Amino acid sequence: MIEIKDLHKSYKTGSNSLHVLKGINFSVAEGELVSIMGSSGSGKSTLLNILGMLDEADSGTYTLDGVPIKNLNEKIAARYRNKFLGFIFQSFNLISYKSAVDNVALPLYYQGLKRKERMDRAMAYLEKVGLTDWAQHLPNELSGGQKQRVAIARALASDPKVLLADEPTGALDTKTSYEVMDLIQKINEEGRTILIVTHEHDIAEMTKRIVNLKDGVIIDDNKVDQIKALQYV
Amino acid sequence: MFDLERWEEIFDTIRKNKLRTFLTGLSVASGIFILVVLLGIGEGMRNGISKEFEGDAANILYIWTGPTSVEHKGLNPGRIIRLRNSDFQTISQKYEDDLEFRSSVYRIWNGMVTYKKESGSYRVEGVLPDYQFLENSSMVKGRYLNYTDHENYEKVVVIGNRVSNDLFKGAEPIGKYIEVSGINFKVVGVFTDPGGEREENRVYVPLSTGQRVFNGSNYINNMAFTLEKADNFEAALAASNKFSAEIDQFLKEQHVVAPEDTRAITINNSLENAKRFYDLMDMIKFFFWGVGICTIIAGIVGVSNIMLIIVKERTREIGVRKALGAEPLSIVGMVLHESIFVTAIAGLIGLISSLALLELVGPIIETEFIANPAVDFRVALTTVIILIVAGALAGFFPAYRAARIKPIVALRDE
Ligand SMILES: Nc1ncnc2c1ncn2[C@@H]1O[C@H](COP(=O)(O)OP(=O)(O)OP(=O)(O)O)[C@@H](O)[C@H]1O
Ligand SMILES: [Mg+2]
Repeated sequence: MIEIKDLHKSYKTGSNSLHVLKGINFSVAEGELVSIMGSSGSGKSTLLNILGMLDEADSGTYTLDGVPIKNLNEKIAARYRNKFLGFIFQSFNLISYKSAVDNVALPLYYQGLKRKERMDRAMAYLEKVGLTDWAQHLPNELSGGQKQRVAIARALASDPKVLLADEPTGALDTKTSYEVMDLIQKINEEGRTILIVTHEHDIAEMTKRIVNLKDGVIIDDNKVDQIKALQYV
Repeated sequence: MFDLERWEEIFDTIRKNKLRTFLTGLSVASGIFILVVLLGIGEGMRNGISKEFEGDAANILYIWTGPTSVEHKGLNPGRIIRLRNSDFQTISQKYEDDLEFRSSVYRIWNGMVTYKKESGSYRVEGVLPDYQFLENSSMVKGRYLNYTDHENYEKVVVIGNRVSNDLFKGAEPIGKYIEVSGINFKVVGVFTDPGGEREENRVYVPLSTGQRVFNGSNYINNMAFTLEKADNFEAALAASNKFSAEIDQFLKEQHVVAPEDTRAITINNSLENAKRFYDLMDMIKFFFWGVGICTIIAGIVGVSNIMLIIVKERTREIGVRKALGAEPLSIVGMVLHESIFVTAIAGLIGLISSLALLELVGPIIETEFIANPAVDFRVALTTVIILIVAGALAGFFPAYRAARIKPIVALRDE
């Protein structure tokens, strides 16, 4: 599903340049649930942003579902993001003036669906994350866990190939984190490929594979026995 | 533009961001409102002053004659040229549409005027009713001469304020008979003149009566004309020069005078009054234009400011939308669509409410210097459109910049 080879990325700040990713080789098959770990500043978010086409690598190749991702202009990147990817952020990034269901429906607006169909689909995904009763609420009327579940529903709405989550539980307490992980595991069990950046070991252990980043390179990459989140909920 | 889904998305945004929409709208509506009210008052002032200057405003042309100074077609110099009623009639008819006021003047020499024991020597002239406006005199009592007086050879007279004081010593002059060179005339009016004492020292009788009673035959001494007001001083000057040249030529042909002879027929083209009037009009126009432009600039700055703030405030939202698949153009389109829609509606509200205000309050504030305050609807509408375009332009650049910001930058946690 995801195939990257010899990926390099450096940031230029003023006169000095910071080499963040120093040759990443990495691939993810369909249906995997992978966590990316590493200390702060090791380049986890940078890698995920490149995978999400929110940022571009300096060199190396990236293939997503057989499509080579390179030299994208903004327009095509936007289209690919809409079609292939769903994002889940640490700070949720819901649009504050839109209700839960309108937030979930937004990716479908950019797919050009009619309003009725957008609403039907958005409601279906809200039901999936257990928030049917909260559909008409604004984000600031929801708890952190509920917000993240709305964000997950939104990420799923466009039926993407891959879900990318940057510290999805970073802003949540332990119990809520496990609820969210339970949801993520369920979604993964339906066959969806998911990548999660985290620096919490207990969260990483709820995935099926842990990739460790250090100083811009992968230092280890192991399959693990997944711990089910449900037992803690 | 006609994409229903997009309209829905815009309405949704507007409905859920009432304060923002209200503030943008308020700045646009109040800008238009102030501008239109100012323009209306400016127009009212122009109308009012125009009325004040009526009669004094146009350029007056005086025509008089003298002895010829150049030999012409075998006629010796020194020949006296005298204007006739027919000269006046021909010019009046030919320039009927261009002339505002017209009068010929027959001067009665040796104008001894007597009432009971008081008497004095005044300038006595036979004139037409328009002469009141040519001289810019206004009535203190009674009326001026009219065309009926003229047609019926009435022996009536209007006298200057000074003459009235001299002869009547404060007694009521209207209806009394005074003797002009030995003939009785009934006083029908007393006038005052902005020219002061010198010009109030005069006595006017109907032209026809003057010519008949004082053996004037069909001779006249001079003629005075004013042309209709032009749009500006340049046009007034051009019109009066043209008129002056044409009647000069006409009179010289009629009276067999050499074209270069300036003593025989003299046309005094006094544009002083006209210049004052047009200068004042220009100043008012200039002032209100200045104020108008400043208001528009203030409006544009206000709208741009708000647009800038809105776009800044929405940077994160724009990042989210882009991450979810919004193309840069659709972001620009969304921001512009919303801003144009809001400014257009607000602009029209400002326009309509200000026009309504002018309509309602206009008659109340009418004074000596303000008359019929109103505004050219097209000018007002143009301003609204300018403001909308400016708002759109002002919104475009921040929107364009925001649309180009990479989503990761927009989404970065602060
Ligand atoms: N836009 C940028 N410009 C310059 N430097 C950047 C930029 N983004 C990230 N960096 C730097 O690159 C390095 C890697 O950043 P990155 O966000 O990928 O780390 P991370 O592993 O996600 O860390 P954390 O666990 O704290 O989120 C950091 O040193 C960071 O300061
Ligand atoms: Mg990070």
